[in-house]
Amino acid sequence: MTQNSPKPAQSSRTPMREQNPAVRAHNFDEVPLGYTETEAQTEARRCLQCRKPLCVGGCPVNVQIPEFVNLIVRGKYVDAARKIKETNALPAICGRVCPQETQCEERCILGKKGDAVAIGNLERFAADWEMSHGEFAMPALRPKNGAKVGVVGSGPAGLTAAGELIKQGFDVTVFEAFHEAGGVLVYGIPEFRLPKEIVKKEIGYLLKLGVVLERNFIVGRTATVDGLLGEEGYAAIFIGAGAGLPAFMRVAGEDSIGVYSANEYLTRSNLMKAYKEDADTPIIRGKHVVTVGGGNVAMDSARTALRLGAETSTIVYRRTEAEMPARSAEVHHAKQEGIVFDLLTNPVAVLADNNGFVTGIRCIRMKLGAPDESGRKRPVPVAGSEFDIPCDVVIVAIGNSPNPLIRETTPDIAVTKHGTIVANEADGRTSKKFVYAGGDIVTGAATVILAMGAGKNAARSIGEDLAKK
Amino acid sequence: MPKIIKKESLSELVYRYRIDAPRIAKMRKAGQFVIVRATTDGERIPLTIANANAAEGWIELIFQVAGKSTKILSILMVGNEIIDLAGPLGRPTHIERFGRCLCIGGGVGVAPLYPITHALKAAGNEITTIIGARSSNLLLLEHEMKELSDRFIVCTDDGSRGVKGFAADSVKTLLAEGEKFDFSVIIGPAMMMRVTAGITVAAGIKTTVSLNPIMIDGTGMCGGCRVTVGGETRFACVDGPEFDAAKIDWDGMIKRLNGYRSFERTSLEKHNCIVTGRPA
Ligand SMILES: Cc1cc2nc3c(=O)[nH]c(=O)nc-3n(C[C@H](O)[C@H](O)[C@H](O)COP(=O)(O)OP(=O)(O)OC[C@H]3O[C@@H](n4cnc5c(N)ncnc54)[C@H](O)[C@@H]3O)c2cc1C
Ligand code: FES
Repeated sequence: MTQNSPKPAQSSRTPMREQNPAVRAHNFDEVPLGYTETEAQTEARRCLQCRKPLCVGGCPVNVQIPEFVNLIVRGKYVDAARKIKETNALPAICGRVCPQETQCEERCILGKKGDAVAIGNLERFAADWEMSHGEFAMPALRPKNGAKVGVVGSGPAGLTAAGELIKQGFDVTVFEAFHEAGGVLVYGIPEFRLPKEIVKKEIGYLLKLGVVLERNFIVGRTATVDGLLGEEGYAAIFIGAGAGLPAFMRVAGEDSIGVYSANEYLTRSNLMKAYKEDADTPIIRGKHVVTVGGGNVAMDSARTALRLGAETSTIVYRRTEAEMPARSAEVHHAKQEGIVFDLLTNPVAVLADNNGFVTGIRCIRMKLGAPDESGRKRPVPVAGSEFDIPCDVVIVAIGNSPNPLIRETTPDIAVTKHGTIVANEADGRTSKKFVYAGGDIVTGAATVILAMGAGKNAARSIGEDLAKK
Repeated sequence: MPKIIKKESLSELVYRYRIDAPRIAKMRKAGQFVIVRATTDGERIPLTIANANAAEGWIELIFQVAGKSTKILSILMVGNEIIDLAGPLGRPTHIERFGRCLCIGGGVGVAPLYPITHALKAAGNEITTIIGARSSNLLLLEHEMKELSDRFIVCTDDGSRGVKGFAADSVKTLLAEGEKFDFSVIIGPAMMMRVTAGITVAAGIKTTVSLNPIMIDGTGMCGGCRVTVGGETRFACVDGPEFDAAKIDWDGMIKRLNGYRSFERTSLEKHNCIVTGRPA
């Protein structure tokens, strides 16, 4: 089929097959099963191949969407994946976790009357196809230029920067504080949404290109940024250390046993494998679990709780579903699995027994008032509406900020009052010469694709700045 | 990977490992700790750096076998590698010339106390030391601590060595004798720290304690190590592990520790303890 052949005006998107909600709520296997070749073909043919595609502008890294979709139509799946990889190094991950409905798919012309093209599903299809069918192809690497660049953190920002820098001819070392690389992709986002095997393969690819990974290396402690730039001979440093420090609600009873930050809960389950029966790292398997928050982190926590055996898993969120920052697919999946949503509800205290074990959470009903600075309607408490939800585990998923390790040991780097590093969006430059930053450490908790875009921009300016040096 | 270059047994169930770790040896300061993992999928165990030599590139860790993870760690031999070792973590102890210092260690808490006492001594302080344990066979580093001390007191709960009684009793005796101190550091089991610090704080001595809450990552990412200090939530791994004893919410801290311990004992019998090789 050629590019201009008329498309059937099919208005509904090809659904992706999923594990049955009743079954999947009790296992950690991936929920959406991926497109078959036929399904991918059907969906790809819905694309109108707009001459001035709006979808591309909705993508933070401007993936050439009509081009890759057309390659799928033509059966060139490996080429489709490589087309995406020209601008997005981690398509198998982005196809699964990007908020497409507010990015590319939101701008799709088809979406004005019916369903937008399922761009994310197609991205995933192409990337998965390449992983299972494509041969490893060494990308064009520029000759080694002899300069060393250090990358702090192995989340999407750091991995993307490392991939770009190695192609430019730098020697690249990634320093990761944990025993495993991947950042939020391994410790935060659960297996049922992003199989860890995929993250491992992406990291394996970078290692094949020559990127060196130093695990168990905490920049600021094991070596400082200045130490790396000085005696260790790094010409530049990219900081992609994320925003891992969890916020708490500051309500009474929050130090009770059974109150976890989402990070602790998810790390115990994902990274430390507490979901396995014989795991060394324990987790309290609550019967009735309440998660506070409305983002992806909250959805992941509430759904993990079900899989760890909870009889009820409830989301408490102070606004309405319309304001929830989570991807719509996650909210949809959570509902299918039987997660209860207590909206316009805010916790006022955690209740505990005499030994300090959680017995419930006291909440108050909210109503939406006038819009706040963010433009969203501010929730205000309804006087006298307090009520208790009995539970034995409370998971707090209300946001994160950067940990203080780097800013405290790098005194001359400018930071905001929220502890994020000040860096230009376009080039990642910070107030400190030859130090660049991007991802959640700059923006506060955001998205995988924005972190990747930042890593890429910084890698470009590192190349430019070091060439001038 | 970091290799074990020396292994000693210090008392029943307590081991000292010397580990080849040049970067950590170079960067570490008194009061800091490392995270150790002995097996894939194993727990991340926080252990205080008990001693280090930057020139020779090694650090020493002292730990007590308290659960499955430390049990596995204790089986390793000289020449074996530790699969994961990360650090140095935590804020270093604030060391200055205070004048007269009172250093108090209980049980395995003597291990983290040693490098701090060493640093205080090197800064020109006069050192009075009290080390205690339940019984004489559980006393740690008696010889090493004595060498650093201008005045040295040993006490055991059962009287099998030194003065019979708790460290707190010895503090009371010293104060009753009219001894004055400018600074005190206390490391040991949570209850021991609480009671002993209660006395030194009441006597107007600026007192620091090193807390040993539950930790997962040790880098400020999980919040499991949170404690309330001066009415604020602080993370022991990045804001501590040392805090001003006068400001700690001991009730909250001890409740969390005990709660987790009992949870682990009852629901996961084989993990009979949250492993805190750091002062347990
Ligand atoms: C549970 C959860 C679900 C999410 N779901 C989605 C989703 O569906 N879609 C989406 O787009 N986004 C999602 N996000 C957000 C997204 O994961 C983050 O925005 C993204 O990972 C940020 O990437 P990063 O590279 O900046 O940081 P991170 O992924 O946080 O990686 C930072 C890395 O740096 C390491 N590090 C920190 N300090 C140091 C140091 N001093 N030295 C060395 N290493 C250090 C950390 O250990 C970590 O590995 C989710 C986040 C969470 C927590
Ligand atoms: S141990 Fe996780 S935040 Fe301190």
